[in-house]
Amino acid sequence: MKLNRRSLLKYSVAATALGMAGLPLRAQDIDELVIAYNVTLPSWDPTVGPSAVNPTIQGIYQSVFDQFILQMPDLKPAPGLVTEWGWNEDRSKIHLTVREGVAWHDGSPFTAEDVAWSLARAANPDTGNPINFVWSSLTNFQVEGNTVTADVKQFDPTIFKWMYFLTGYVLPKAYYEKVGAEGFEAAPIGTGPYMVEKFERNAYVRLKANEGYWGGAPEFKTVTIKFVPDAAARVAEVESGNSHVTLEMPYEEYDRLRAGQLTGIATPVSDIGMIFLNDIDVMLDPNVRKAAAHAIDKQLIIDRLLSGYGVKIDTLETPEYEAYDPSITVPYDVALATELLAASGYGPDNPVKFTIQTTKGFKPKDYEMIQAIVGMWRKVGIEAEIEVYEIAKHYELRAADQLAPAAFYNWGNSVGDPTTSTGFAMFGPSPHSVWDSPDLIEKIVPLWGEPDEAKRIAGWKEVDRYIAENAYVIPLLQYVQPVLSVPAVIVTPHASGALLPHLMKRAS
Amino acid sequence: MQLLQTIFLRLITTAVTLFGVAVIVFVVIRIVPGNPIAMMLPPGATEADIARLSALYGLDKSIPEQFAIWSGGVLRGDFGTSITTRQPVLGLVLGRLPATLELAIMALVMAVLIGGVMALTGTRLRGTRSEGAIDVANGMALSIPDFLWGLVLILAFGVLLPVFHISGRITPSLQLPFSTNFYLFESLVRLRFDLWADIVSHMFLPALALAIPLSAVIGQLLKQSLKETMHLDYVTLSRTKGYGENHVILHEALPNAILPTLTLIGVQFTFLIGGTVIIERLFSYEGLGNLAIDAVINRDLPLIQGIVILFAAIFTVVNLVVDLLYATLNPRLRHA
Repeated sequence: MKLNRRSLLKYSVAATALGMAGLPLRAQDIDELVIAYNVTLPSWDPTVGPSAVNPTIQGIYQSVFDQFILQMPDLKPAPGLVTEWGWNEDRSKIHLTVREGVAWHDGSPFTAEDVAWSLARAANPDTGNPINFVWSSLTNFQVEGNTVTADVKQFDPTIFKWMYFLTGYVLPKAYYEKVGAEGFEAAPIGTGPYMVEKFERNAYVRLKANEGYWGGAPEFKTVTIKFVPDAAARVAEVESGNSHVTLEMPYEEYDRLRAGQLTGIATPVSDIGMIFLNDIDVMLDPNVRKAAAHAIDKQLIIDRLLSGYGVKIDTLETPEYEAYDPSITVPYDVALATELLAASGYGPDNPVKFTIQTTKGFKPKDYEMIQAIVGMWRKVGIEAEIEVYEIAKHYELRAADQLAPAAFYNWGNSVGDPTTSTGFAMFGPSPHSVWDSPDLIEKIVPLWGEPDEAKRIAGWKEVDRYIAENAYVIPLLQYVQPVLSVPAVIVTPHASGALLPHLMKRAS
Repeated sequence: MQLLQTIFLRLITTAVTLFGVAVIVFVVIRIVPGNPIAMMLPPGATEADIARLSALYGLDKSIPEQFAIWSGGVLRGDFGTSITTRQPVLGLVLGRLPATLELAIMALVMAVLIGGVMALTGTRLRGTRSEGAIDVANGMALSIPDFLWGLVLILAFGVLLPVFHISGRITPSLQLPFSTNFYLFESLVRLRFDLWADIVSHMFLPALALAIPLSAVIGQLLKQSLKETMHLDYVTLSRTKGYGENHVILHEALPNAILPTLTLIGVQFTFLIGGTVIIERLFSYEGLGNLAIDAVINRDLPLIQGIVILFAAIFTVVNLVVDLLYATLNPRLRHA
């Protein structure tokens, strides 16, 4: 081809026009579903490294890999790769029945060996599974036909719930052993509804439908998940028609776009906002703690700062959780808060002083919420100084039990069990807990190994009531996740917060 | 000979600079709050679990010990393994470098073109109202930071008039025949203008956002230099020879006036690469900057170290190249 300045210019103009013609149009007939996702996917192994415990990434993992047990959008378990599960009479063994007729993305058959190997691998500390201590409560895996059995080293009533929680994924034994960790990163396969076609780290992953998926072939045959961490850019993505679905944008933007050409759905998810109280300084005074809890008008914060998108909570359990008890309440009561403080010699003229730590921009309106709370506290005689820190510093301080007397945080618990909300957040010896008083530890200890499920849940409700009465923590609200989509796509929200493309359908 | 000596000395100072940067970065990111192990602690983890994870990532040793191990690896070409991606750091960083370089170069070309046109037009129309308008435009371009230009451009050409892509580097559905990560360059070499157009359509807005403030700086400095040069005797002489104003500006004044601008462009190019960090994030462009932000958020210490060292290396190399280029173009230095 003869290329001169004139022809190059001509081709460039033509090619640019061609490129622009390739821009996605506002979806009428969507061949390829494009989702603007709020996080990036650093690595593909869902059982290893920091990504394995990052709740926001789980939706992408669940598009490619299946968990041992399926979790429904309402957080309830359902038969998945494991169709039946349970303990023996004395809780010394577990048994799992494995689904038959399932294939891996490379066409090889999925077997009970894969389940046993995945469980054993998860328990192996050398693999780098951050939750291996949960899985190591099981040992001696045996496979017989489509049944897997294991010995229980230490009884954990939540072990089956972990099978649809963090790192509870089934990976392909033969394939992984053949290609190794590096090969698996380069070409991951699972049994999930989508297969990985192309992956550009920090940019996108392109998925192809697994037509033979045991749960039924997904409606959209090709899905591109773009990683767009900036909220303004995500909004622009759907507004411009470059993406069909996105999530987690400011509520004001959600309302604005929902009133226009886009469809919105906002449902409560399993994330909560809370204020950790540390058992130090003035927080050792129960009157101060209780006054701090009663002085906060949570509904006002939700209405004014979050445009009404939030659910007020008074325990660390949300209405979807098993140990939720609506009878436990901590009412907004300024008079009571003033009275409690006065009993300890504090008031607006002689305020009790402490520091409250918070992130700024990590969660929607986190800093603004704390500003509002500090304003409410000031009225009753609490003078709190706000210290802003990064979430990484929060983790470090919390693990070292060095948080300020009050610290804002959000807690996720997508399995809805009380051990993974109240339990780990409030049990003194846990590195996640902040309040470490012996009275509370004593109440929680017997519940860890309680085999009677009804008794266990009732026990956690009692613990929640005790915590609320003593104001050992200040639960604030359950978050609502906003999702925007073009009208041609119907999104089924998942209470875990995972945005799952295989649950999306075409509007009829 | 003198040039070779200069290069040799600069290479030595570059090595010392990089070592200093490595030490500072290594120590600082371990001192500031935010331990990567604390970030991946699961509910229920015990002290033993924390110790196990720390040992797994080599964070259980003292900082000098960690530095000795890391620098030993670097000398062998091993920059360690990223904690979050579990990939070799060197491969990750070098894999992203072409995307960032292409973006920065495209932005630089745009800035030079826009700034150059502004300066030449301003000089040609000096003393008129048009020059005032150009100065106002320059001031506006300079006073708004690049990320704000990015948001404006997304709104203007991504949402209101959706003619350009606003995220990513290339359309995911396209099949890429590339053997390097220099997509823009390779698409031209392979005469794949369809891919080239798609890449340009993705890069145009982030590059323009980066280019606008820089173009204002270039335009201002070049115009100032041109105006000063226009009063010099040799320029007056060329006028008396009967050359037109355009010829005088382009062929007589510009070659001399461009030298300070050239130095500025070199210095600004390094800042431009630094500026890609925010712009790449805003446009979800898979370059080094986007990788850097993820590394910092996740406290991926080996990756942060690798990226900072690479940025430092780029800065020193670009400065070296600019110095050499300046020496070559400036006759007074060339014959010194």
